[in-house]
Amino acid sequence: MIRCKTSKEISGMGHSMKRKEDDRFLQGKGNYVDDIQLPGMLHMDIVRSPYAYAKIKSINTEAALAVPGVIAVVTGKDLEQYNLHWMPTLMSDTQMVLPTDTVMYQSQEVAAVIATDRYAARDGREAVMVEYEPMKAVVDPYKALEPDAPVLRSDKEGKTDNHIWHWEVGDKDATEKLFNEADVVVKEQMHIPRIHVSSIETCGCVADYDKVENHLTMYMTTQAPHAIRTVIALVAGHVGLTEEKVRVISPDIGGGFGGKVPVYPGYVIAIAVSFLVGKPVKWVEDRSENLQADSFARDYHITAEMAGTKEGKILGTRFKILADHGYTDAAANPSKFPTGLFSIGTGSYDYGTAYMEADAVYTNKPPGGVAYRCSFRVTEAVHAIERITDRFAMEVGKDPAQLRMENFIKKEDFPWKSPTGWEYDSGDYHAGLKLAMDTVEYDKLRVEQAEKRKNGELMGIGISTFTEIVGAGPSKDFDILGIKMFDSAEIRVHPTGKAIARFGTKSQGQGHETTYAQIIAEELGIPAAHIQIEEGDTDTAPYGLGTYASRSTPTAGAAAAVAARKLRDKAKKIAAYLLEVSEEDLEWEPGKFFVKGAPEKVKTIQELVFAAYTNHPQGMEAGFEATHYYDPPNLTFPSGAYICVVDIDKETFEIKVRRFVAIDDCGNIINPMIVQGQVHGGLTQGLAPAMYEELIYDEDGNILNGTLMDYLVPTAVESPSWETGHTVTPSPHHPIGAKGVGESPTVGAPPAIANAIVDALSPYGITHMDIPITPYKIWKTLKAKGVIE
Amino acid sequence: MIPAPFDYAAPATLAEAFSLLEQHGDEAKILAGGHSLIPMMKLRFASPEFLVDINNIPGLSHIKEENGYLKIGALTRETELDESEVIRSKYPIFTDASKLIADPQVRNMGTVGGNIAHGDAANDHPAVMLALRAEVDISSSEGTRSVPIDEFFYGFYMTAVQPHEILTEIRIPIPNGKTGNAYHKLERKVGDYATAGVAVQITIDDAGVCTYIGIGLTNVNPVPLRAVRSEEVLLGQKVTDELIKEAAKYASEDCNPSEDLRGDEAYKRSMVNVLVKRIIHKALERAHA
Ligand SMILES: Cc1cc2nc3c(=O)[nH]c(=O)nc-3n(C[C@H](O)[C@H](O)[C@H](O)COP(=O)(O)OP(=O)(O)OC[C@H]3O[C@@H](n4cnc5c(N)ncnc54)[C@H](O)[C@@H]3O)c2cc1C
Repeated sequence: MIRCKTSKEISGMGHSMKRKEDDRFLQGKGNYVDDIQLPGMLHMDIVRSPYAYAKIKSINTEAALAVPGVIAVVTGKDLEQYNLHWMPTLMSDTQMVLPTDTVMYQSQEVAAVIATDRYAARDGREAVMVEYEPMKAVVDPYKALEPDAPVLRSDKEGKTDNHIWHWEVGDKDATEKLFNEADVVVKEQMHIPRIHVSSIETCGCVADYDKVENHLTMYMTTQAPHAIRTVIALVAGHVGLTEEKVRVISPDIGGGFGGKVPVYPGYVIAIAVSFLVGKPVKWVEDRSENLQADSFARDYHITAEMAGTKEGKILGTRFKILADHGYTDAAANPSKFPTGLFSIGTGSYDYGTAYMEADAVYTNKPPGGVAYRCSFRVTEAVHAIERITDRFAMEVGKDPAQLRMENFIKKEDFPWKSPTGWEYDSGDYHAGLKLAMDTVEYDKLRVEQAEKRKNGELMGIGISTFTEIVGAGPSKDFDILGIKMFDSAEIRVHPTGKAIARFGTKSQGQGHETTYAQIIAEELGIPAAHIQIEEGDTDTAPYGLGTYASRSTPTAGAAAAVAARKLRDKAKKIAAYLLEVSEEDLEWEPGKFFVKGAPEKVKTIQELVFAAYTNHPQGMEAGFEATHYYDPPNLTFPSGAYICVVDIDKETFEIKVRRFVAIDDCGNIINPMIVQGQVHGGLTQGLAPAMYEELIYDEDGNILNGTLMDYLVPTAVESPSWETGHTVTPSPHHPIGAKGVGESPTVGAPPAIANAIVDALSPYGITHMDIPITPYKIWKTLKAKGVIE
Repeated sequence: MIPAPFDYAAPATLAEAFSLLEQHGDEAKILAGGHSLIPMMKLRFASPEFLVDINNIPGLSHIKEENGYLKIGALTRETELDESEVIRSKYPIFTDASKLIADPQVRNMGTVGGNIAHGDAANDHPAVMLALRAEVDISSSEGTRSVPIDEFFYGFYMTAVQPHEILTEIRIPIPNGKTGNAYHKLERKVGDYATAGVAVQITIDDAGVCTYIGIGLTNVNPVPLRAVRSEEVLLGQKVTDELIKEAAKYASEDCNPSEDLRGDEAYKRSMVNVLVKRIIHKALERAHA
């Protein structure tokens, strides 16, 4: 049970307050980019490449311009005149806005059609004739590194291969020595496939440039509006769009999951066209464009190894990664972290030796490397460690739960230094797994499984006990394009004691309008219902780096608490003044200060705020406002213990997830109902790559499943009945002890499911299967093994 | 996701519809539930210049037993099948199938007539109709002709329905004796077309001898397939596990699946084998019940 310090009326932390934003969402009154209609607005559609790699011989726009309503067709050559045909990526690589001569991946933007309505734009797109000369595409990242592979980025001077960067962490020599001498070494080759966030709302914008005011308002599906404004000003400052002349508005967003962090060519083209014609330009992708061209996630090929003793003590791990980045490195990572936070991959286990290395390559596939609801490559890391841990348990003949219990970092050993350099803030891994095991009745399940195996039935139990790393991040290490990864809150309390608070983050469904209000309610005792939350408008909100990687609560949530405490200090001064006592004589209870030992001498927060405007002490600044920019001292390390039970049909190999128990530890909980909702959504997005989702390309770089008919996003029907629970281990360094939860389930679920399926198939000698694990894949695997005819 | 320009009319009578179809010939398409046609238009795989919406025409939507037939009007929605008392009690094969067709939104609009007139071997009703030996009524200004289901499917998106014609009714002989029917398909997720699907109707006499058998297969052949050899194995015989296995094996050999993301040929044959066995057993169970 979660204990609440505040009354239900105040609804501070721990209350399952209904989401304030849901009134408008449930009544269809949300305001998304595509809802925005401006006078004279033009519409844009984009011609895309049917080839993965081709020379553009010619672009004929005549027929398109003849379509009624079409007013312009923009090509790379047009943008070249303004030096706008290239743009930087978040990882300081370069990306075409529109090509002048070569296309590098299927569905790449080739030209933009501008028309007076959406239908004409689409008909115009159909009429643009592009002549291509296809070239042999490089699709396989291993082949991309072969010496005779064509050099894809010939636009980069001096580039002689397709290698992007090398990264490593840990002690290579010590790890090698350990592996050479260890009793037991296990190794598996894993592919964490390319997937796509497929948020319900696709990406889009309305670029509205006002020639008279020389001012750009950019309505945009972005998770990081402030950073985007700075980027626009840096890129377009030379044409007069300096930062005070740019306003980015991120209205309601229908799901982000990392896919709305990058800058896509469509945004840039829309700005350029609006700038040139002085009219608003709307661009909204359709579903297939979103799936085929926008940033992918994952696509890591990992060789995972674990060394240990015959008794099952883990001694070390070694991971080698090949990262397929597609045409350019457009990953959304903090600048100094090309593999994101993959180095969390030593996991929840107590050992001191590890080495990880990664190489990134270019291929003829769309660029990306976004989160898919995961803190910077943590899903890849967790999959590697949790799968190889099971493999190790199998090798030494130990129950995987038992083996984990024996290897966990102990509660009393936190803060704990990991072999790759992190300092885990807090955790109680034993308690989490124990609760999960008790909930699922683990021992009984193992007995049942043994019985079933005698009859040839396929039942599996899979565990994942993961450690997350979120809340990027401390300014000494974390920046994006040089901007430090703090985040901000600004609270303004009106004379009647009601408040508005603004943030540098941007909710895309996380429920910020409720949870931030609850944090402030907790600290100030003002009812959360009377605290209005605003985000997403760069003209009004304080600067921040946005919402992704489970960072909002760890950073902006902390900023809210600290700003509220500044106000509480001010309230205390006013209370002392009004009650004619010294500050030391006052005691705080949510919503009021009273004199110690004389509770009838009391001032409510509402009275104190009113006094700040009507009767404030001489020498004190009037008003009741505070701002805080929170620079986290460390990241936070949420954790979880997940257990999955599957039954597999022994003829069709259909997989039924019978149970899934998820015990999360995200530190102190702000709103249990929202946390549960986040966990349900996250688990479903963990089920997705485990059993359904993968972007599949043929050897020519054609996408084979470019619509939702074949890119299989699971629905409520596929989702099991999630059983959730929690342990609470507060973060010692976070002002309210919270850690972040949005991504834990997406990160932790896939290996639990994969481990369960492999466990079910282990009597056939299966030790590993790559996700997504489908009935067809099981059939093929068993056939190759000669198990079935 | 935006179709090419087209014209549209929603006539109130069959006669008007016929005249529009005659007038526009190949350029016209009939719009029923729209849940196969409109997606194809939005993806610009189809660009008909004229749509004849038949939803306002009375007399095309019904489910009734009459003169030895179960009669289903072409405009009957999947949801209506699902909710029909006579279907639920005597023809559970239809509810088996419609439950597996897409999602409730699609089923509220999609029609049984459109499902077979679309001529797609991936749709589920064709196999069901094959198993039930349906007859299809096709009308035009010249009158109505009746086509046995075995002669209905010509090829990929091609059926016996000509451009000037409208499918009006599907008729299914009312089975007698101990009869059971069932349908099942394997799908990758809800709303997916079948990896493989199997429809079975079987009648047995008191001695357990099979007096009627119909087996139809979904999405494992260029056109919806009746598993003739499998039927022959069982017809007139006392049904045994051995015979069912043989029938399943024949079906897996006689279909002609093509490789796609759902699986390769061998996998699909193997799934047909498993499904035929299971669905015959299920139909038998229902026959005994
Ligand atoms: C997401 C999705 C998933 C789906 N999954 C499945 C599935 O799993 N199984 C399945 O079986 N179906 C599936 N469908 C298809 C759905 O069942 C369609 O509704 C059905 O195939 C066509 O019926 P309709 O009434 O919508 O026909 P329409 O789309 O209106 O028409 C289809 C074709 O038939 C012609 N036509 C329609 N009615 C007549 C008539 N009376 N006479 C002559 N020609 C006619 C039209 O001209 C057109 O060529 C799916 C559809 C969607 C959108």
